[in-house]
Amino acid sequence: MKPAEFHQRDRLSQPPALTPDYKTSVARSPRLALLSLQGSMSEITGPTFGHSDIDPVDNDLIRNYARTGDPVGERIIVHGRVLDENGRGVPQTLVEVWQANAGGRYRHKKDSYLAPVDPNFGGCGRMLTDDQGYYHFRTIKPGAYPWRNWVNNWRPAHIHVSVFGTAFAQRLITQMYFEGDPLIAKCPIVNTIPDPRAIDQLIAPLDMNAAIPLDCLAYKFDIILRGRRSTLFENRLEGN
Amino acid sequence: MAQALNYLKETASQTAGPYVHIGLAPGAAGFDIYRQELGRTIAGPDVPGQRIRVEGVVLDGTGAPVRDVLLEVWQADAAGIHPHPEDPRHAEVAPGFRGWGRVITDFDSGLWAFDTIKPGAVMGRNRRLMAPHISFWIVARGINIGLNTRMYFEDEDNSSDPVLNLVEQAHRRETLLARKVKPGLYRFDIRLQGDGETVFLDI
Repeated sequence: MKPAEFHQRDRLSQPPALTPDYKTSVARSPRLALLSLQGSMSEITGPTFGHSDIDPVDNDLIRNYARTGDPVGERIIVHGRVLDENGRGVPQTLVEVWQANAGGRYRHKKDSYLAPVDPNFGGCGRMLTDDQGYYHFRTIKPGAYPWRNWVNNWRPAHIHVSVFGTAFAQRLITQMYFEGDPLIAKCPIVNTIPDPRAIDQLIAPLDMNAAIPLDCLAYKFDIILRGRRSTLFENRLEGN
Repeated sequence: MAQALNYLKETASQTAGPYVHIGLAPGAAGFDIYRQELGRTIAGPDVPGQRIRVEGVVLDGTGAPVRDVLLEVWQADAAGIHPHPEDPRHAEVAPGFRGWGRVITDFDSGLWAFDTIKPGAVMGRNRRLMAPHISFWIVARGINIGLNTRMYFEDEDNSSDPVLNLVEQAHRRETLLARKVKPGLYRFDIRLQGDGETVFLDI
């Protein structure tokens, strides 16, 4: 089959660049219109990754930086699938995650929040999806933390997620939130997204079926990347 | 009522935030955790082509450098081949060529740089050849959804490039050209907003 381009990104369900309630966006948002481009080889291809790139322990945030024992916090599994908009699993794609520790502190030289760094927690992980697009990792539930925006803004507990898909046009970074967190609705970063259904899609439900008794709870988070056309008529993308 | 289409909807983007390095480049965040960080080598030592370095800054609407930005780049090899199964010539891609890089800044100055080989021209849509270019994806605190753009080279013939020619205001095409500082070194500053705002792409 000849390669086909991706469905247009639905900008109405994505956050716009300029969102004044998230103050940092004001000076970092383009003012001129984006140039719409039909996909070419430069957009429908993208980097590929294999098991030689990463290690099996990389998806275990409870153990991948442990020094003297396990990190403090609520033990959880996060699992789900990376799918495209046509509902097909995206196999062998790289998923990278990062987060604050249970107290809401990041292991980053630029984070100066007064909550302590956990000596046993790095706060990052990575994994490849399996043949059906399934992924999972183990971690501790991150804490909420304050940030400078309005005087008293707090981020809801969240895990940052980076996904590649098969094409540079699918590249995505998002944040996963936790079902039931009252800070979600108050967050100016969450509320950069205009469509409430799109916000709901970022909230992982508690998944007791995936919890491990006497060990850890679980949350399920599916990630949807752009899908692509399945029919090609006159719209020739290739050079033939 | 018509049938339901039942497409899923792409997950909404959220900013990469100020601590993106923890996940994508932990060494820059200040700790060592992985056997190897990804995206450090775009073109291995045996890859044929002209070795180049590209450097620049990303500037915000006030003209200040965006010091916590993270960039990813994607390009073809010197023969215009992408290391990806959907490139019809991918079996001939130069061994050791990854084509993808992850680029971080100096936190004090905002300056970034990466080493690669100059890409070749790539066949575009409807048999229109695209001039050599590198695709960029830019994320940072304050950027709600990653920004896409392309970098072309001022010392190449870009006159018939189908993407540059789509830019309606001809003077704005200049924002996509890397300046040759000296042989092997190019400068590509990206302006997020204001005078000389870079052309960003909805790909």
